[in-house]
Amino acid sequence: MRALLKHRLACVVVMAVVAVVLPLVFPSAYYYRVAALVFVFALAAVGLNLLMGLAGQVSLGHAGFMGIGAYAVAIGPTHLGLPSWLSFILGGVLSALTAFLVGRPILRLKGHYLAVATLGFGLLLAIVFTNEARWTGGPDGMAVPRLALLGTPVRGADAWYWISAVSFLIGATLAQNLIDSPSGRALAAIHDGELAARVLGIDAGRQKLKVFVISAVYASVAGSLFALLNGHITPDVSGFLRSIELVAMVVLGGTGSVAGSLVGAALLVVLPQTLTALHDYEHMVLGLVVMGVMIFLRAGIVPTLAGALAARRA
Amino acid sequence: MSELLQFVFSGLTVGAVYALVALGFTLIYNASDVINFAQGEFVMLGGMTTVFLALAGVPLPLAAVLAIILTVIVGLALYRFAIEPARGASAVVLIIITIGASIFLRGAAQVIFDKRFHSLPPWFGNEPIRVGGAAILPQSLVVLAGVLVIVVLLWAFIERTLIGKAIVATAANRLAARLVGIDTGRMTGLCFALSAAIGAIAGLLITPITLTSYDVGTLLALKGFAAAMLGGIGSAVGAVMGGLLLGLLEALAAGYVSSQYKDAVAFLVILLVLFAMPRGLFGRAPVERV
Repeated sequence: MRALLKHRLACVVVMAVVAVVLPLVFPSAYYYRVAALVFVFALAAVGLNLLMGLAGQVSLGHAGFMGIGAYAVAIGPTHLGLPSWLSFILGGVLSALTAFLVGRPILRLKGHYLAVATLGFGLLLAIVFTNEARWTGGPDGMAVPRLALLGTPVRGADAWYWISAVSFLIGATLAQNLIDSPSGRALAAIHDGELAARVLGIDAGRQKLKVFVISAVYASVAGSLFALLNGHITPDVSGFLRSIELVAMVVLGGTGSVAGSLVGAALLVVLPQTLTALHDYEHMVLGLVVMGVMIFLRAGIVPTLAGALAARRA
Repeated sequence: MSELLQFVFSGLTVGAVYALVALGFTLIYNASDVINFAQGEFVMLGGMTTVFLALAGVPLPLAAVLAIILTVIVGLALYRFAIEPARGASAVVLIIITIGASIFLRGAAQVIFDKRFHSLPPWFGNEPIRVGGAAILPQSLVVLAGVLVIVVLLWAFIERTLIGKAIVATAANRLAARLVGIDTGRMTGLCFALSAAIGAIAGLLITPITLTSYDVGTLLALKGFAAAMLGGIGSAVGAVMGGLLLGLLEALAAGYVSSQYKDAVAFLVILLVLFAMPRGLFGRAPVERV
């Protein structure tokens, strides 16, 4: 049992069990919908977590890649006559290509300079989505054609729950494998000390670019799922606040922890939904919770709790 | 020609406000290594508090002073209750804390004030001054003069007083500053207070031109941060230059390219500058310790 818990995919298995059991307590379709959103954002957060937790690079523009994925599944079928699944894949390819091209110059920057450069990049994309109304519907956004799997259109909150849960679990498994691969260890070395890692013969630039491209694809896939699930998208999907929200999910849940991304996403998706009951006080409470978690659990929710549990057992 | 002059004046006016926000970022960053994303909320608080005190019948000058004092108290509270307890946390954790603070302040403003746009009367009327074919609002000159006064006063305070030197010492090396008997915690708190005051004054100066509402802070924080990075974080000269340059870029892009893409042009230039000069225009190259 203990050996099983120690296995590197143990946390993915636990999350899968949670995903299967959770619907048993859902009283209505609304719960399926919110949970599906949690998994979608958790998928984007897992990708960003690879960049932040593993490579130690911050991106304040990752929602830009979500935007590429989201608008791909909207524009492809609407304007270009492509099937949704092909648009979905093309969106991912386009995101990877964009990340590859901008990643090289951007990742040379460090710390807060990297933050402002990625912020600028995300903003540029959001501005394009807002202003190219002929293609994107402008600030009001556009409708996203329904996804059809094997000829039958996907409808219903429960179907989307399962699609997003499975997508998230696949993403989490791949991420966990990457963390434990030679690339993952090289990235961890870069995180600890880039100069030292370079002395050890690690091609820091290449490794960082690789994880940047991978995290962009995660964000793009999450963006596509979000658009298909929502049925309508606006440029907000790629906005600055969305990018900040993704970073907050990673840091609140725990930088470097795959399960943490799910917890962080759950917190920031579910909390605003429940806080609407407080009406005007919604934002005050949200701000207080974010500050409180960071002050008292500064390593993030999952790593801090796991640490406390381990200390108790010892 | 008169067109260009017009764009330059409006760019400098907006840029002056970005410069003040960037200066606030720089002060706090130097003292505590924190990038304070609640900086824009100080600007909002300065403008909104003045508006609502004036509506309640308080004379305008007194309302302005009270607004600055209130914002300073908020700045000190931010330091005491949110930043100090998290001392030693990583940079990105501290950033998320300030973002939490900005969400909180915005939420509080929307409850205490309201969600509408508000304005203040301009200090010297609305009659534009004609210069070389361009029309300048008197308030624009007030903004520029205000920024100049703040920069000079701040420079004199930092360079010419003992407390200012203690702040510089704290920024340079906390431990060494403590060893020579400087209360570094108090100095950091002072920087938060100064930064809040500068933000509030920026709000007072610009509200007659751009209006204010509970949510103006986000965009200002974003622009101020970009301006500070463009100039090179940690450099006060860089912050002011970065702010003015960003304002000019936006105004010229709006005038000659397209107003929809003005932010895009500004950020494109910032990206290109950073690719060529990864430490900003006035930043120093760091020594990497292994």
